[in-house]
Amino acid sequence: MSHGPSASGGAVLKASHGHHDEPYVPVFTGDMRTKLDELIARYPTTQAALLPALWMLQDARGWVSEPGMAEVASLLDITPAYVKGVVTFYTMYHQHPVGKYFIQVCTTSPCNVCGAEDVVKAFLDKTGCGELGVTSDDGRYTVIEVECLGACGFATPVMVNSDFLESISPDTVPDVLKKYQ
Amino acid sequence: MGYPHQPHPRETLVLSKHFGDAEARTLDGWKKRGGYKALEMALGMDPVAIQNVVKESGLRGRGGAGFPTGLKWSFMKIGDGKPHYLCCNADESEPGTFKDREIMRWTPHALIEGVAIGAYAIGAETAYIYIRGEFTEPIQRMEAALAEARAAGVIGKNAMGTGKTIDIWVHKGAGAYICGEETALMNSIEGRRGNPRIKPPFPAVAGLFGKPTTINNVETLAAVPHILNNGADWYKKMSRPDNPKSTGTKLWSVCGNIARPGNYEVEMGFPFGEFLHEVCGGALPGRTIKAIIPGGSSVPIITLEEAERGVMDYEGMVSVGTMLGSAGCIVIDSAQSMPKQIARLARFYAHESCAQCTQCREGTAWTTKILERIVAGDGTAEDLDTLLDIGESMTGKTICVLSDSCATPVSSGLQKFRHEFEALITRKTVHAVPTVVA
Ligand SMILES: Cc1cc2nc3c(=O)[nH]c(=O)nc-3n(C[C@H](O)[C@H](O)[C@H](O)COP(=O)(O)O)c2cc1C
Ligand code: SF4
Ligand code: FES
Repeated sequence: MSHGPSASGGAVLKASHGHHDEPYVPVFTGDMRTKLDELIARYPTTQAALLPALWMLQDARGWVSEPGMAEVASLLDITPAYVKGVVTFYTMYHQHPVGKYFIQVCTTSPCNVCGAEDVVKAFLDKTGCGELGVTSDDGRYTVIEVECLGACGFATPVMVNSDFLESISPDTVPDVLKKYQ
Repeated sequence: MGYPHQPHPRETLVLSKHFGDAEARTLDGWKKRGGYKALEMALGMDPVAIQNVVKESGLRGRGGAGFPTGLKWSFMKIGDGKPHYLCCNADESEPGTFKDREIMRWTPHALIEGVAIGAYAIGAETAYIYIRGEFTEPIQRMEAALAEARAAGVIGKNAMGTGKTIDIWVHKGAGAYICGEETALMNSIEGRRGNPRIKPPFPAVAGLFGKPTTINNVETLAAVPHILNNGADWYKKMSRPDNPKSTGTKLWSVCGNIARPGNYEVEMGFPFGEFLHEVCGGALPGRTIKAIIPGGSSVPIITLEEAERGVMDYEGMVSVGTMLGSAGCIVIDSAQSMPKQIARLARFYAHESCAQCTQCREGTAWTTKILERIVAGDGTAEDLDTLLDIGESMTGKTICVLSDSCATPVSSGLQKFRHEFEALITRKTVHAVPTVVA
């Protein structure tokens, strides 16, 4: 089943630097609201702007919180429960805060036969995360395995937040991490 | 070209001619390379005439199913008074496939031109390019090129000054292989969970927003301007003399245990053995290739010997017991454990099942569990038959073919590499089980 990193599969993201208790400040004001209205105008229904709106929310806040979903729901005239149903379908929306650098390593077969599992081990080791899906104690890193990133000829591709890196090997992991401190 | 490598002399560079050439990314650079002439020509033609040229060229869908593109377009009734939509499928999530990514990264205007022509040819004023969320660079390149094309009036409310409307928007996915399935893709654009829809109705009758819709792959649409510029006959000639059913060039993404991974563009009918050994450089030093999955992870696994007998077109792949699919060619060598890799593929499908259909939801999970047990050294003699039984009950019974796609590598793998599974069961050789995937 398609599920976020927080769902089944054994790995649970620890909310290490969450903002759960802070009052919610709306995202869609000023320019953000204008941008959302532009997006809505691209589609014949308001609901169709849901995925783009969730992206804007996540880009602004780092994750998709319940109050964030409620804000999107009210703007797009749909229910919060409906929004949650959509959010939980797609793996890229974070339903919990994640490390400052969210590291995704592809381990599907084409990369797997090129040694992707060793790249994962190197990241877990060098970030201090130790375990998949667990944010490092300093809040800097979260490492997960992902399914095919669509760059199989450049094994092993790794995403750090929205940066897409190619041809990463265990040897180059320390250099990668130097850039993301 | 085999980007990041230099093109091989035996490649035929049509779609990939400008890969690696940064200037081709700009509107001016693209026009200098002959860009947007085909769109200008198309906008002066009758949409049905464009459909006919594409039909005549023999172009077939490059997304996996190989459906004739012109025929698909002709299902759209021009002038029926309803809004029509074109969806460009840039979800590219089939393991082994990474060609659409390079088209969008290097030649974004080639895709815009193809989408614009496609939209006009099916009577659509709006097209959405659905790009998987992980493709951050391709998304950025497409957005930049679209902004340029809009600002220059190439597309928009008065495309190329013809008074015709062609709006093109990028819709960013959010991580779900299943959204590459055409009806799941439409749901995802509509702001829904990406569950495939039951067909009929087919998209040409009731698709995106309930309106007549056509879905085409990136590579399919990118080929269209070349066909209009050079003619259907030019395209048709790129085929085997004895097989007119597969025409044109095809981008092959080659990955795994191969000397030179990358994208290669060859004419339909190219000999597969020569392709692997000569064009892609063959096996890694000191290793031997044992298995090939030529069309993305959903097609049957073949041995090297079978591959060497094959020719690279739709029919040629069928005659060696597999399929062309998305032409994402995965090469596996003797240093790899087939049971481990097949288990890993099963895990992929289990992770990506949308869970609507019982056979798929349960079957993919059960298959993965058994395979991982075998790989861990805890398999039993009955497991192999159980796997085949489960595969049987997962095939041809579900809303979409993701379920079948999980059964395919298992049944073909068991057929061709059964000894590796048996060795694990009897000799209990243990391989590392893939770890948890979030
Ligand atoms: C599970 C599944 C995943 C698919 N993924 C893709 C994909 O990533 N890209 C694609 O172009 N087609 C994909 N397809 C095929 C599409 O459903 C559709 O046939 C194709 O986009 C049509 O375009 P074409 O005729 O130009 O090939 C997928 C199909 C299935 C069943
Ligand atoms: S076959 Fe699987 S992925 Fe396809 S609709 Fe059914 S449950 Fe979903
Ligand atoms: S399998 Fe790793 S990018 Fe495709």
